[in-house]
Amino acid sequence: MGAKTLYAKLWDEHVVHLDENGTALLYIDRQLVHEVTSPQAFEGLRLAGRRPWRVAANLAVPDHNVPTRDLAAGITDPVSKIQVETLDSNCAEFGITEFRMSDPRQGVVHVIGPEQGFTLPGTTVVCGDSHTSTHGAFGALAFGIGTSEVEHVLATQCLIQRKSKTLLISIDGQVGPGVTAKDIVLAIIGEIGTAGGTGSVIEFAGDAIRALSMEGRMTVCNMAIEAGARAGLIGVDEKTIDYLRGRPYAPAGDLFEQGAAHWRTLVSDPDAHFDRVVRMDAAKIQPQVTWGTSPEMVVPIDGQVPDPRDEQDPVRAEGIRRALDYMGLEAGTAIRDIRPDKIFIGSCTNSRIEDLRAAAEVVKGRKVADSIQLALVVPGSGLVKAQAEAEGLDRIFTEAGFEWREPGCSMCLAMNADRLEPGERCASTSNRNFEGRQGQGGRTHLVSPAMAAAAAVTGHFVDVREL
Amino acid sequence: MEPFQNFTGIVAPLDRSNVDTDAIIPKQFLKSIARTGFGPYLFDELRYLDHGEPGMDCTHRPVNPTFVLNDPRYANAQILLARENFGCGSSREHAPWAIADFGLRVIIAPSFADIFHNNCFKNGLLPIVLAPTIVDDLFARAGGPQALRVEVDLPGQVLVLDDGTRIAFEVDAGNKERLLKGLDDIGVTLEQGAAIRAYEERRRREAPWLFVAPPPGLGV
Ligand code: SF4
Repeated sequence: MGAKTLYAKLWDEHVVHLDENGTALLYIDRQLVHEVTSPQAFEGLRLAGRRPWRVAANLAVPDHNVPTRDLAAGITDPVSKIQVETLDSNCAEFGITEFRMSDPRQGVVHVIGPEQGFTLPGTTVVCGDSHTSTHGAFGALAFGIGTSEVEHVLATQCLIQRKSKTLLISIDGQVGPGVTAKDIVLAIIGEIGTAGGTGSVIEFAGDAIRALSMEGRMTVCNMAIEAGARAGLIGVDEKTIDYLRGRPYAPAGDLFEQGAAHWRTLVSDPDAHFDRVVRMDAAKIQPQVTWGTSPEMVVPIDGQVPDPRDEQDPVRAEGIRRALDYMGLEAGTAIRDIRPDKIFIGSCTNSRIEDLRAAAEVVKGRKVADSIQLALVVPGSGLVKAQAEAEGLDRIFTEAGFEWREPGCSMCLAMNADRLEPGERCASTSNRNFEGRQGQGGRTHLVSPAMAAAAAVTGHFVDVREL
Repeated sequence: MEPFQNFTGIVAPLDRSNVDTDAIIPKQFLKSIARTGFGPYLFDELRYLDHGEPGMDCTHRPVNPTFVLNDPRYANAQILLARENFGCGSSREHAPWAIADFGLRVIIAPSFADIFHNNCFKNGLLPIVLAPTIVDDLFARAGGPQALRVEVDLPGQVLVLDDGTRIAFEVDAGNKERLLKGLDDIGVTLEQGAAIRAYEERRRREAPWLFVAPPPGLGV
């Protein structure tokens, strides 16, 4: 008893039943559904003759397979088309609200949840998608699940869970100008490693996190999964509450104020105990660029590609060697000398309005370098796109030579037509640089939107603060 | 789900850390709306030399001779041995579906990514975490000219190597029971329907803002 972490508060509020060996039945308030990880779950329901437990707790949207141009032509890839149509028909059959491809609210599932106010502080949020951790930015316990669990939540509104360990990551002080949420989270992963958060829920705290906008906080929590964590969390403050006011799915009037009074308690108590605490100095964080095939393979912009011969651990050295080989890089190459072929600004990590503004600010009055074959901006949702267009950001991008596309996951994972060809190198604002992630043989460097924009206009990686 | 039975099987050593779910089953195969049929495409990019697409007949594709599952020593392997953080990345359950469909039943690694680990138990797969030094030793044994055979005893929570060495392992009691009994999670949970309803009633009173009706649709 006594002082509690935010995680413990969220957990305790959602336990329906706890059995002798510590396994809990946890109530799930919100489920987001997309087309890739849900068909087999709906099929399972149908085969067992089951109905959703609480239809209104679900919101569905197709995002992974949707084309980002020529929407009127529909999906040309027949297999993608079947998957999206299957989502449409499943949602219609079971009465689940779906933002279809033609709906102006359609977008990447982790962008639309918060945008609609579907994600609320103090809720449990799940989705058959690992980046569900994004929603933790609102003081919600949000985590990715497998398809069997999607079916389980549909049928019972609950999940069987065990309590995780807690890891507090405090970013003390303030980052310098030009250093963004993406740089903070890449630096964290560089520090603790991609397995650093395994079995844990990470709470991000400290002045530098408090100073972030909600968009920035979502970027940080989005990548908690890349640190191996079960979920990422940030305590509620007035920014959280202000962001949600007036959103379509959020409560309104008195009910909102009642909720807000409770939401303000959703922070870790000052003396709460965490299983592990990591502190980092914000002032030391520089713009980051990944060089390898795992998000932990990251260095500051002034850095160099590492040399496997400097690594003592043979397994790690072999990992570096394999990554360099895949990435087509020589040990010791300065990051600034790396020249991308393509630029991708988008994904659930960095496709919100603030991300697009940051990129546009760099691009404004400049041109995409001749050596760049394709520079894409893919807004996170139809509403982000409309907002950006109202602000004239689309023209800034198109005048510079970027393509301005329709919302979707796009080149984050290349399930639609947007992808890298073998050997192509991309500066990407997404979250995974795994082998083949953006297309077979494609080489991904993860960066912030401003850094991607800077690479686009100069043709190589460069410290955005020097432009 | 079929109950998990003890067995003795060959260990295939996949000497890589951070094997992500896209390496296990590449994204193009996620477009399937079925739960089965992923086995031929398991580790597709590592296993074959050409580019795989859903529906391809894999019997005539050029195989990568250096990939462990193409090594005749490990034909019919039922146990996969890997390095740390196995199953990281996307939450796709297609990864354990592909592994199970291929015929593997146990995965041994020093650590697993959480979602993947969880997904294994839903699909009759047993992920076993062993200390890095023990994993090193297993790699040394499994890489020899003779494939390593291991008996997996889940009730006893022990692996027995072909020379009689016994290695104990931990497994969560709930997950163990579900594997051994082949339980249907949803059925088990629905037995607690009254408790779920009571919880919802209480929450509707205490946190009514969570139960507001969704906004009217845009009529699309
Ligand atoms: S944008 Fe990328 S990471 Fe996010 S949900 Fe889509 S595919 Fe997954």
